[in-house]
Amino acid sequence: MDQSPPPFFKRGPAPLVRLFFFASLSLALLVLDARFRYAESVRSALAVVVYPLQRVATAPIDLLAAVGTYFSTQAQLVEDNAALRAKALALAEDAQRYRAAEAEAAQLRRLIGAAERVEVKSTPAEILYAGRDPYSHKVFIDRGSQQGIKPGSPVADEAGVLGQVTRVHPLVSEVTLLTDRDQAIPVQVVRTGMRAVAFGGGSSGMLELRFMSANAEIQNGDRLVTSGIDGTYPPGLPVATVVRIERDAELSSVRAVCKPAAGVDRGRYVLVLSDETARPPRPGEAGPAKDRRQDKSRRARSKGKDDGTK
Amino acid sequence: MAQSRSEQLLRPAKVRTIAASFAVALFLDFLPWPDLRLVPDFVALVLSFWCVRQPRLVGLGIAWALGLVVDAGNGVLLGQHALAYSLLAFLSIWWSRRILWFGPLLQAVHVAVMLVIAQTLVLLVRLAAGDAFPGWPLYVSPLVAAVLWPMITWLLLLPQRRLEREQTI
Repeated sequence: MDQSPPPFFKRGPAPLVRLFFFASLSLALLVLDARFRYAESVRSALAVVVYPLQRVATAPIDLLAAVGTYFSTQAQLVEDNAALRAKALALAEDAQRYRAAEAEAAQLRRLIGAAERVEVKSTPAEILYAGRDPYSHKVFIDRGSQQGIKPGSPVADEAGVLGQVTRVHPLVSEVTLLTDRDQAIPVQVVRTGMRAVAFGGGSSGMLELRFMSANAEIQNGDRLVTSGIDGTYPPGLPVATVVRIERDAELSSVRAVCKPAAGVDRGRYVLVLSDETARPPRPGEAGPAKDRRQDKSRRARSKGKDDGTK
Repeated sequence: MAQSRSEQLLRPAKVRTIAASFAVALFLDFLPWPDLRLVPDFVALVLSFWCVRQPRLVGLGIAWALGLVVDAGNGVLLGQHALAYSLLAFLSIWWSRRILWFGPLLQAVHVAVMLVIAQTLVLLVRLAAGDAFPGWPLYVSPLVAAVLWPMITWLLLLPQRRLEREQTI
């Protein structure tokens, strides 16, 4: 604008025309992405381009953490060490008992001729950053398809289930947290064995069990674990604890609000679980899909399996 | 008004400066912020700045491409920021002459309006896609960005400013 001659001749299309062009382009992309998920390759390519920038952006935080650990005192280290040793001892005992129980269970399962369960493999990953999207609850981890991450894999931290891998790029993956409004997870109440599906509560950071019958056996403090019947999450992982029960007299239904067991908004290290148990094919394609997101993740998962077999 | 008159004597903007400012803005966007609703969208702010100052260099095409990069980097719906940034660039170019007429404070008010419109567009897209309303703090981000406008103006015009000695010749 400054030193150039007045733009009498070369102007290009009028700004309004350009706006319409780019707006319709964006809208087309939005529809492709939201409805049909066709834009994944574009997204992956762009994600690779942005990756160095994202790594650089998290570098100062890593540096601060490194400096912090450097200056942690000797006394604190000794104290931590003692505490960890005691914990390891306690855990080792648990682990031994667990191993014995597992062997016993495997033997029993063989006895009754059930399909032998394959061990769940886990890949450690680090949370790079939380997605910059106030509308959904997602985090990005530093493992992608290069490290063998598949879409649909459950993600857990040391306390329980954290969420599910929903998108895999070459170097990073996107994990949708349990608290996301579109996320659902099949659970079981430990005390009674009742099965239910927990939905994300959105910005409240809680999970919800919706529309249970009024006489459902549930109370405050009940622990929920994965039931494992969907075939995506391995059974028995802690999910949440019931903190509040809301009774709706009109609908005669009960809504239970649960606090997630895993640190959905804290912690840095997670495990990506990949369950490679051979299961009979689902009759899924014929039956009606109960939940949009679950159905989607299933499809993504089966796609991932096809890729994995090559 | 004397301030805005003296700005007539700026050096031409270098493409390198513009590219570097966008890179820094993207970097700031990707920092792991604790609450994203309260943090200004630096890319939108810098984009709006260059569209106001250099409408012949930075236009809707660049805005759209930047929007796609932001979408992919944040893992949101592909196209939502592209759409919002296109509109933001259009508004900035449309109002550029008007905005430059005012002092820094009134400029910031204009920028606040444009950023709120862009944020509303993103909100509408997400609501249409079936997401829940994330709460009114959502509009803190464009307002904070507008407050930063005078500072951004000063910072980004630094490379274009002449020395006092040169101006008096």
